[in-house]
Amino acid sequence: MKGAVFRKGPDYGKSWHKFSNNYLSQVGLGVVALVAVIAIFAPYMAPYPSNAGFFVNYPEAHEPPNWIHIFGTDQFGRDVLSRIMFGFRYSLMMAVVVLSLVVPLGVVLGLVAGYYRGGKVDMVVMRCADIFLAVPPLVLALSICSVLTPSVFNAMMAVSLMWWPWYTRLVYSISSSLRNEAFVQAAEIAGASPFHIIFREILPNCLGPILTKITLDAGWVILIGASLSFVGLGAQPPIPDLGTMVSDGANFLPEQWWVSLFPALAIVLVILGFNLLGDGVRDLFAAETV
Amino acid sequence: MRMSTFILKRLSYTVFVLFGLSILIFIIARVLPGDPARLALGPRAPDWAVQNLRQQLHLNEPLYIQYFYWVRDAASGSLGESLVTRRDVFTDVQEFLPATLELITLSALLVVALAIPIGMVAGRRANSWFDNLVRVLSYIGVAVPAFVVAIIFLLVFGFMLHIPIIGRLSPNIIAPPTVTGFITIDSLISGNMAAFFDAAVHLILPALALALGPIAQEARITRSSVVENLNKDYILSTVSHGVPERLLTLKYLLRPSLIPTISVMGLDISSLIANAFLVELIYNWPGISRYGINAMLRKDLNAIVAVVMIAGIIFAIANIVVDLIVAYLDPRIRYVEKAA
Amino acid sequence: MAEQLLDVKDLHVYFKVYEGLLKVLNGVFLNVGAKEKVGIIGESGCGKTTTMKAIMRILAANAIVAGGTIAYRGSDVLQVGMQDLMRLRRTSMSMIFQDPTAALNPVFKVGEQLEDIVRYSEFISHTPTKQEVRTKAVDLLKSAALPEPERILDSYPFQLSGGMRQRVCIAMSLASAKDLLIADEPGTSLDVTIEDQIMRELKQIVEDRGLSVILISHSIGAVKGFVTKLYVMYAGTMVEEAPTDELFSNPVHPYTQNLLKAVPKLTGGGVPEGIAGRIPSYLTIGDGCRFASRCMSAKESCQAHAPPAFDIGNGHRVACFHYGDI
Repeated sequence: MKGAVFRKGPDYGKSWHKFSNNYLSQVGLGVVALVAVIAIFAPYMAPYPSNAGFFVNYPEAHEPPNWIHIFGTDQFGRDVLSRIMFGFRYSLMMAVVVLSLVVPLGVVLGLVAGYYRGGKVDMVVMRCADIFLAVPPLVLALSICSVLTPSVFNAMMAVSLMWWPWYTRLVYSISSSLRNEAFVQAAEIAGASPFHIIFREILPNCLGPILTKITLDAGWVILIGASLSFVGLGAQPPIPDLGTMVSDGANFLPEQWWVSLFPALAIVLVILGFNLLGDGVRDLFAAETV
Repeated sequence: MRMSTFILKRLSYTVFVLFGLSILIFIIARVLPGDPARLALGPRAPDWAVQNLRQQLHLNEPLYIQYFYWVRDAASGSLGESLVTRRDVFTDVQEFLPATLELITLSALLVVALAIPIGMVAGRRANSWFDNLVRVLSYIGVAVPAFVVAIIFLLVFGFMLHIPIIGRLSPNIIAPPTVTGFITIDSLISGNMAAFFDAAVHLILPALALALGPIAQEARITRSSVVENLNKDYILSTVSHGVPERLLTLKYLLRPSLIPTISVMGLDISSLIANAFLVELIYNWPGISRYGINAMLRKDLNAIVAVVMIAGIIFAIANIVVDLIVAYLDPRIRYVEKAA
Repeated sequence: MAEQLLDVKDLHVYFKVYEGLLKVLNGVFLNVGAKEKVGIIGESGCGKTTTMKAIMRILAANAIVAGGTIAYRGSDVLQVGMQDLMRLRRTSMSMIFQDPTAALNPVFKVGEQLEDIVRYSEFISHTPTKQEVRTKAVDLLKSAALPEPERILDSYPFQLSGGMRQRVCIAMSLASAKDLLIADEPGTSLDVTIEDQIMRELKQIVEDRGLSVILISHSIGAVKGFVTKLYVMYAGTMVEEAPTDELFSNPVHPYTQNLLKAVPKLTGGGVPEGIAGRIPSYLTIGDGCRFASRCMSAKESCQAHAPPAFDIGNGHRVACFHYGDI
């Protein structure tokens, strides 16, 4: 039993120290926090909150960035900056909803399949996961959205439906390799129930990779959501989804470049923030392993 | 185990997965949308016409019978009628697939040809200005979605620099006779250099837009793999025996460092295929992905099913190729699998 | 006095890490004569491998040689140009790494790795043919006591047993060592019986070829029958140097004394005690004697300055201020 794996409790003090010295992760955390704050307080922070929904103001349409409208206005005269701020709401909502559904489901399936490795449960769960993973995620999401009525809700459901296998696979590989470790066998001999073993012994060892993945995934889920709306299968106008804004604005390139570019940059910012944060989280847990 | 056994195992597994996929997408396309026949005929068609169509399409039978009919038809070259083009989807696929394959193939080649050398050099000269530049750029590159890159390229190259980029060929160029379906290769075969250059110019920007994200990702992975391997005992040992620098880098350092990179290629091909859907739309590239997006927007069910299956097949083939390459690079995989 | 082959003087090696500077080697000295067999013993982490890597100039990228010289046949290895360094590595000295599994590139056949080494080490005057290289490789494997050399050349490292991998590493080193062989705990990761076999084979090889050896070990028994001169190393410093018999019969440094006492004896006497305490952290280490915190006979003055190596005759040197009192 070479290299038995033991979990020592996370040393939060040291973790924070490491994290706070990691410049890039801090930037990531800052960006994510900023986006979250903007999203939550959009109605109070946006200069023109009413522009976020159905609103027309033709006299001010297509104004380039100026002091009144910092990011300019779109073809209906709506302030681009305000719409972006509200757009963050939909982005974050997608990330939160999708991950809240997907992570518990995927993790539990992976744990169980890994624990009963080689058995029927393993076969069924992992084959299902493999099937869902057989096409690139976006393609499956697109097709599901296309057969339903396009809406934010359906987009979230579609993305959830094709995202769970990633977590199952991740947890499965950890769970099935830990399954035969000394501490699991010790617990079994002591008479612990499978429930206890799965959730008390194996799960804590998966937390690091899971948390890292969640942080990194947030960015990707938002990207897929934006891609879906870009194509027209996600949020519908007049909802100020960032993807929809990019695709609407693309019609007016290159003269009114700001209508498309700023929402695009906003998407990049969000993804970058989560990526930096995710790297920091990963380094945190990498430092923990004995 | 021998390579041939390895391939056989992978193939049979892939067939199984694709089979499962076909069932999944079939269920999605038949169950979710409500009434496919109504969808096909439109809301104003009379009920009796809808019922007739339902009969014709076996829609009143149990799902597994419907699936059987679908498979049987597909095997004989018929994928159902497209609502949009009113042709057999199979014909549409034949027309549009080569364009997408050309695009994805070039993107994949770009990824390999650029990411690996960049990553190797950055890893060898860790912490130099080049390495730092690479790290920063790759961070950004991973975060920028392909469709944003595509739009930026459109702005810069299309509108500012007036390079013709929409579609596959400029209107005034005559397309070469079709041999492979790849306009670039076909024009080389028929010696039509004007067409070749025109096609290449049209091809390079969407391919680059697709490839940029994966290039950034793979360069990062290669770089960190090189840095990690440089400290491994087997490299130190090779250095200590006086093996020349070039041999060391290009042979003994390259191969182990490539393994994580190529392993990720599968996922990158997945993102190439997925992003192609958006990029083809932006550049009006007449490929299967643009066809697919149109099908999805118009709820053209037969076409949707076909496009998803094709995406799955391309992805599966790419994965097999990637696995083969990794197995070639890392002999442990071939042999250890037997014990697993 | 045998011709001086290797003379390491006052070597300081530090490592730059995230938390600061790891002052690992602090004034290491070592000399090896022609055909002389020298051993270094010390606990894990005391800097034995680091010293060897410094000699071969394969330290990690974050290592800083802060002082000292490594004279090989007169010229300082640390200063020589790339050409000379390559020549040294290809023909003069080589190192057998501690873990043979880690020391072999896992994705290349053994034959390929060995042949590439042979091609540049054994054929200086002319470019060899493939057959010449292969024949030489087979010869080397045979001299490393490997049966079926042809089969081994065509195998991957993971297909060989631990003992065979160790012998392959030995064969590789023989290709590029005409003068000095550094053996870093050979056989440590193997079965004790195999380890014993390897050590005996190694001794034979070394004597047959007239090589100088630096044998590193944390097992006192392994070095006793092998080397003529022993160094004891602790926390990056050489604390004692003496001919083997002299060291065992008259250990002077407190650390050496405790070390020898800690070895269990077949003749009985119960389970021996270890030495209380741990190696100090290289990050926060002070300027005084590095063993002071664990030394029974430490005085205040020990913490202030690092003791130099005092010569007490018979080729015996001790780095301790109070060698007379013990």
